[in-house]
This record gives sequence, structure tokens and C-alpha cells, in this order.
Amino acid sequence: MSEQEIMISMKDVNKWYGDFHVLKDVNLNIKKGEKVVICGPSGSGKSTTIRCLNHLEKFQEGSININGTELIDDVKVVRHIRAQVGMVFQHFNLFPHLSVLENLVLAPTWVHKVPRKEAIKKAMYYLERVKIADQADKYPNQLSGGQQQRVAIARCLCINPEIMLFDEPTSALDPEMVSEVLDVMVELADEGITMICVTHEMGFAKKVADRVIFMDAGQVIEENEPNEFFDNPQSDRLKLFLEQILSH
Amino acid sequence: MAIYTIKEAKAAPSNSKGLVFWLRENLFPDIKNTLLTLVGLYLISITIPPLLNWMIFDATWSGTQDEIVKEGARWIFIVEKFDQFIYGFYPEALHWRPNLVLFITIAFLTSFKVVKNVKVKIAFILLYPITCFILISGGWFGLETVETEKWGGLMLTLVVAAVGIIASFPIGIVLALGRQSDMPIVKTLCIGFIEFIRGVPLITILFMASVVLPLFFSDGIDFDKLLRALIGITLFQAAYIAEVVRGGLQAIPKGQYEAAKSLGLGYWQGMILIILPQALKISIPNLVGSFISLFKDTTLVLIIGLFDILAMVTLTNSDTNWLGYEIEGYVFVTLIYWVICFSMSQYSKAIERKFNTEH
Repeated sequence: MSEQEIMISMKDVNKWYGDFHVLKDVNLNIKKGEKVVICGPSGSGKSTTIRCLNHLEKFQEGSININGTELIDDVKVVRHIRAQVGMVFQHFNLFPHLSVLENLVLAPTWVHKVPRKEAIKKAMYYLERVKIADQADKYPNQLSGGQQQRVAIARCLCINPEIMLFDEPTSALDPEMVSEVLDVMVELADEGITMICVTHEMGFAKKVADRVIFMDAGQVIEENEPNEFFDNPQSDRLKLFLEQILSH
Repeated sequence: MAIYTIKEAKAAPSNSKGLVFWLRENLFPDIKNTLLTLVGLYLISITIPPLLNWMIFDATWSGTQDEIVKEGARWIFIVEKFDQFIYGFYPEALHWRPNLVLFITIAFLTSFKVVKNVKVKIAFILLYPITCFILISGGWFGLETVETEKWGGLMLTLVVAAVGIIASFPIGIVLALGRQSDMPIVKTLCIGFIEFIRGVPLITILFMASVVLPLFFSDGIDFDKLLRALIGITLFQAAYIAEVVRGGLQAIPKGQYEAAKSLGLGYWQGMILIILPQALKISIPNLVGSFISLFKDTTLVLIIGLFDILAMVTLTNSDTNWLGYEIEGYVFVTLIYWVICFSMSQYSKAIERKFNTEH
């Protein structure tokens, strides 16, 4: 494993909101094709961590390297990195004024300068993949939450990302729609894309993750491969957290 | 344990619909509302019939002043002065030019909804103002030049309003974006401009445009009076548009900005493709409200010596052959303003409906 190339590396990343220290010396190395699940209580900095990776959040100290590019606060660098990193949000964030198809075609045509015909072909291919091609001409608001999240995933795939970030992708969904989104994510994982997923879906973590990371109070507290992580937690805080989320 | 079957929908009971039901429910539900309904009907009965009598049934529509026998409105004054109300002092032989502009405008507004091709639309938007300007002012393609001193009446009102609306719109959007900018200098400049303009009356700006603006130019340059008014009105309107658009921008969820960024869109791409289409759509009612008030404010150009339709009425009232026709003149102008403003508000409703059915 150690010979595999490093896709993401975070070194001693620190971030403050005003005086509030949200990320404390976060270190993270993720190899190409690795699947990482990050969990932890709310306010633990897990969303902030992955939002730093595509520069939706700035960090004050430390360094981040994405696929060989040092992430600095420069428009060109940031756009170069965003072009390789797809992000799926908790609230989907589809563009409501554009049809499903236009949502998918937009970034390839404007950012990656793909000819429109080709972009449409690709968009239809990914809509097919997330089993929603029949809704291509509808507007996002006409779809269910689960369908919208699958469109959002397809929208990311259209930019051919090296890395996919998932920020609590199932937290805003009605319970009966969670599995349709997770199924798509499992399929993606099988294909070998690098994935970082902030989620509390422990079943998903056990199934696809190479590594699970537990964060609390802005720090990485514990990381392990999934079976050890869930069956043999070391720190008290992780024990307590697992008790709380598994007890109901 | 209990299991229930799903029931069929039934028709609503017949005593909950129909004219009688509507009347009882809306006009006479109880004593208080019945009284209000009766008072309302009484007020309508004492105002509307006399008004209709004066305006239509007892009115004089044709003939000369000596032949007037009826008590009502003497619309012959309007008929006589109609050309002046509409065109001001624009040469009569050239009236076809503003007429053609009006025709082009209507064709533009109606065809714009139909045409799908974006390039054609952009060509329309760019060509439209140039064509209109050349047609009205002349000086090109062998068209006789008509100085702006001769422009007047409704034509001038429409020119001032249209230029104010069209020119202020992009400036207002840029100001709104600047106000939200991360760059402190840009932000401060935009806020300063907007708050200064919004803090002074339009009249002051018109006076300043007419008196102060020429000071910035060397004496030799003859700076057109109408142009000065147009600059003043455009800047004034832009500040208001900026605030309306800012309201729209603030209503767009943060997630939309983040999604645009995370896909790799640049600032302007994100703004033009994602944020502004949504922000402008929700701003339509307020934008049109602002356009309507600008349209009515154009009457203020009177104070710097331009003769819009209202000024033309005042002017024609001083014609010694036609003294004492103020009421007819002002009622006519009122009607024209109302028709135009009402049309604008209906047009905006149509646009809103069109957008709402899309998603």
C-alpha cells in the first residue's frame, strides 16, 4: 500500500473562525483510490476539513496538497484543484433554474470547454448510471430528495473528478430514500475513485471504507480500518460516540 | 388490530359553491360586513355615474369651440393639441420616425419571448438602442437631424424613461455585485455611491446634472441638455436597481454559491450562469415597481426646461385661443400615465408567470 501515490495530504492544518479554533493540527494522507469515512459529533470540524480540501473554507496554518498541487489562495490554483474535486452537499444544491440535464452540462461546457454535444452525451451516460435518465428534462424541484441527490452525484461525475467529497449526503433525506443514494455511492466506490465521505451511515462505512476517521473538537482522535474501528475502539470519546449512535 | 381501506374522493357538497354562495360568503357574511358592502356600493353609486357622464355621455368629441352645448368634457381640445402632446415640437413631416421606433419597440418586446436563439437575442439587445437613437435623432443614412430641443411630449417621456431603465439596469447590477464584493475599495465605492444617490431627491440630481456636470467639461463643448438629464436619471435609477438586486442576491442560498464554486466556475461564470438568473427572477416585482416609479418621476425633467407630456399640457393651456381646458388636459395625461404604468405591471406579471411555469 505504501507505494501507492498519495492523492491528498494535509499537514498540520489549523483553522480559526475569529478566535474559535475549529481545526487543530489536522494531518491526513489519503492514497489514490482510497475510501475514507469521517465521522464525529456535530461541530467536530469534519465538514470544515473536507471543505478546506476544495477551498470552500480557507485555513490559516499548515499545508494541503491535492494530487501534486499545493493548495494556495490563488484563483488559478483554486480553480485547477476544484476542476479535479467533486463535492456532494447535504442539501444537494442543484441549480433550480436549470433542468436536470443543464445542471450536468453546465460545468463541462463552461469550465472544461467540452463541446455541448459531447457534454450532453456524457451527462446522459451518468444519469443512466444513477438510474434517473428519464428525469433529464425535469427541474430539480420536481424530483424527490433521493433523486436530487443522485443528480448531484451525477453532476460531479460529469467533471471527471479524481476525488469525490461527500458532505453528509444522506442527512437531509427522508429515511426511505437513504438507501438509493448509498447504493450509488457503493457502486462508485467499487470503481476505484478516491472518496472522502462525512457520514453517520455506519453500515456504509463498514461496507466500503478502507479507513474510518473519528474527529472531535477539531482534531483527529482515532483512525482505523472499519472492523477494528467499530469492534475495538481505543479512545473513550469514540467509545461514547459509538454507544450513542448505535444505541437507538 | 385494525386495518382501514383507502377511500374514494367524493364531490364537494352543492351548498358550498355557486353565485349565491359566493355572494353570501364574500359580501354578506355577517352584519358588520353587510354594512361595509352597502357603504361601498353607495360610494360607488355617487362617484362613478357622474364621472362617466362627464367623461363620456355628456362629452363633446368633435366640432369647434363655438358649437359646444354639452356640460361634459370638451375633448376637442385634446384632438386639436394631440400632436403636440405626443411629439412636442418634433417636425410634423418626420413623425413617422418616432412612430417607427414605437413599432420596433412593440415588435422587440413581443418577439423577444418567442426567439430562442441566444445569439439573436444579444444581437437584438445591441441593435435596438442604436436603431432607435438613429431613427429619432437622425444625422445618419441621410436622415434629417432633429435637435433634442425639439423633442417633447409623450415621445420625450418615453425616451427618458426607456433610456433610464435600459442604461441603469446593467449599472445597477454591477453596483449590487460591487456592494457584496470582498474587495474593500470596490465595496466602499459602491456603498458610497448608492447611499449618496439614495439620500438625495431626484430634483437635486437633475439640477446638479444640468448645472454641475458642464463644469467638468471645457467651455467649447456644447453639452446637450437632454443628455445631462439622461445621465442624472440613469445614475439615480441605478442606485435603486442596485438595492433591489442586492435584495435578490441575498435571498439566494449560500449553497448555490458553493455549488457553483465547487464545480470550478469562476466568479463571473457563477454570477452570470447561476446566481443572477435566480436573483433577478425573484427581483422582478420590485424591479418593475422601481421602473414604474422612474417612469412617473420623468415628469421632473420639466424643471430643467425639457417639455415632457405633462409640461406640454401646461404649455398648451397658455394658448390664448384655448384657455380654460386644464381639466381635460390633465385628465388625458393621467389616463396615459395610468395605461402605461398598468401595462408595465401586467407585462411583469406575465414574465413572472412564464418563469413560474418553467420550474
